Amino acid sequence: MACIEARGLRKAFGTTIALDGVNLRVEEGRILGIVGPNGAGKSTALHTILGLTPYQGELKVLGRDPWTERDLLMRDVAFIADVALLPRWMRVSQVIEYVAGVHPRFDGAKAESFLAKTAIRRASKVRELSKGMVAQLHLALVMAIDATLLVLDEPTLGLDILVRKQFYDSLLNDYFDRSRTIVVTTHQIDEIQDVLTDFVFINGGRIVLESSMEAFESRYLEVMVNPENVAAARAFRPIHERPVFGRSILLFDSADRGQLAALGEVRTPSIADLFVAVMGHEAGEAKEHLHE
Amino acid sequence: MNNPATAQPDSPFDSQVVATAARPTRPMYWSVRRELWENRSVYIAPLLVAAVVLFASSLSTIFLPRRMGAVSALDPAKQYASVVTHYRMAPAPIMLVTFLVGIFYCLDALYGERRDRSILFWKSLPVSDRTTVLSKASIPFVVLPLIAFALSVVTQVMLLMLSTMVLLGRGVSPATWWAEVRFFQGLLIMCYGLTVHVLWFAPIYGWLLLVSAWARRTPVLWAALPLFVIALVEKLAFNSSHFGSMLKYRVIGAMAEAFAVNPQHGGGGNIDRLSQLDPAKFLSAPGLWIGLAFAAVFLAAAVRLRRNREPI
Repeated sequence: MACIEARGLRKAFGTTIALDGVNLRVEEGRILGIVGPNGAGKSTALHTILGLTPYQGELKVLGRDPWTERDLLMRDVAFIADVALLPRWMRVSQVIEYVAGVHPRFDGAKAESFLAKTAIRRASKVRELSKGMVAQLHLALVMAIDATLLVLDEPTLGLDILVRKQFYDSLLNDYFDRSRTIVVTTHQIDEIQDVLTDFVFINGGRIVLESSMEAFESRYLEVMVNPENVAAARAFRPIHERPVFGRSILLFDSADRGQLAALGEVRTPSIADLFVAVMGHEAGEAKEHLHE
Repeated sequence: MNNPATAQPDSPFDSQVVATAARPTRPMYWSVRRELWENRSVYIAPLLVAAVVLFASSLSTIFLPRRMGAVSALDPAKQYASVVTHYRMAPAPIMLVTFLVGIFYCLDALYGERRDRSILFWKSLPVSDRTTVLSKASIPFVVLPLIAFALSVVTQVMLLMLSTMVLLGRGVSPATWWAEVRFFQGLLIMCYGLTVHVLWFAPIYGWLLLVSAWARRTPVLWAALPLFVIALVEKLAFNSSHFGSMLKYRVIGAMAEAFAVNPQHGGGGNIDRLSQLDPAKFLSAPGLWIGLAFAAVFLAAAVRLRRNREPI
């Protein structure tokens, strides 16, 4: 059984189409990154998966319909949006007490032991904590929940790089195992490239590209070439080109690795670079349509 | 992105579905506690009013003998009358403030969580929208009346003890005073009065909760404005005021429907005998049942809205 299975998922807010026929299948044990520009429909996609918003089309999460069974689904799903949503008036001890009181899969002792490693005091109110501490608190809650699916919507927004790093390290080392599934959206996609097993690009409410990391690494490559070799490299039809310190970095889709290696240094591109290439291409196409 | 390695027959999903009954939870209980953590005014405001009532009444009781001075020192009946009035009236401000707290609580209950975005956190937990809305409704329907009752009783007991001591200090026997007070009868009347008002005001609380689940800003305005507009339109179009009198009936009608009061002496202060309670009349009043039906519809709509709502 797939962890998440969506077919023809549609969602419109008035005349704005947030999701335009999304097909998505996420098997368990995967870590999927959803990448897209602002307003691409990332959050809407996550919200439909979490049962926070109604939708058209077919969607099953852990075998349930999220919209009608949100409360049941949330026994097996944990969710962190950006750090702003923990109730500011609540004390840390109250947060733990409350979650323990309503969540059948929550291990209060586990949360406490995680918090003991931080500077967070149990008597503090959430509003008295720094942004980083709130993220730690939220992470402590989520890690103490024996969830099957973890959904992260820009979980490290506004946090400094140390906290961001710590956040993903804890998540991977102390939380993730092959029986759990994680879906994450973030603008700092480069930071979690090593963490992901799969990613999708989403734009204008549609999935533009989806790939596993293995497929990505074997399919795409990047060559840094000196100016004299640029013309030769261009003959292999790069999908994107950008200048760096007098040299050019060309990005190729399914090109011959051996032949390109003769022209310059070949390496795996970052997801962010591929994203720029794909989105730039999309924008270009859109422009062409306009000119027609 | 399919991963063939995970396509085993005994995937963890199946085993976890079986192990769902991991730990017993009490979502309703904890949701109500959560409300009390967040809204401490629910008990602090009535507590303050009770303290003020107690303080003012005790001052009056303590200085009573001195004030009355020589003129009526030998006329305990007048002293009784004054003390009895204080004693009888003590619960009124407490109940009034719990009613007001209930109104403001309801207006914010389903609005505040959207405004501060914490609704996303609450919805990330396995608590249904129905449980959430009902736990919030339980504050005006159950918690506030209980608080009002408990505080009224405590205030009256303390006033009773105080006046007894003052009377004893003056060398007057408190026996007559006690007979006049009819403490337990008073409790019964208070119970009845609170229950009647909770049931009668149910559509008001339901309406306020509904508006707080719906409004994107200023729920106070949205709660009041449509009522004014309807009343105004009716006045201008038909030169009648049925809607207005219906609202008035909803606010003050409980007394007339639930108690056998002499209309000339209307008001809660005059109810001091069990014979004035008229539950049969109250239960047969269509206004009660229509109101409860409206309350149920409003609450059901609030549950549906809460399911749809996102942070604002």
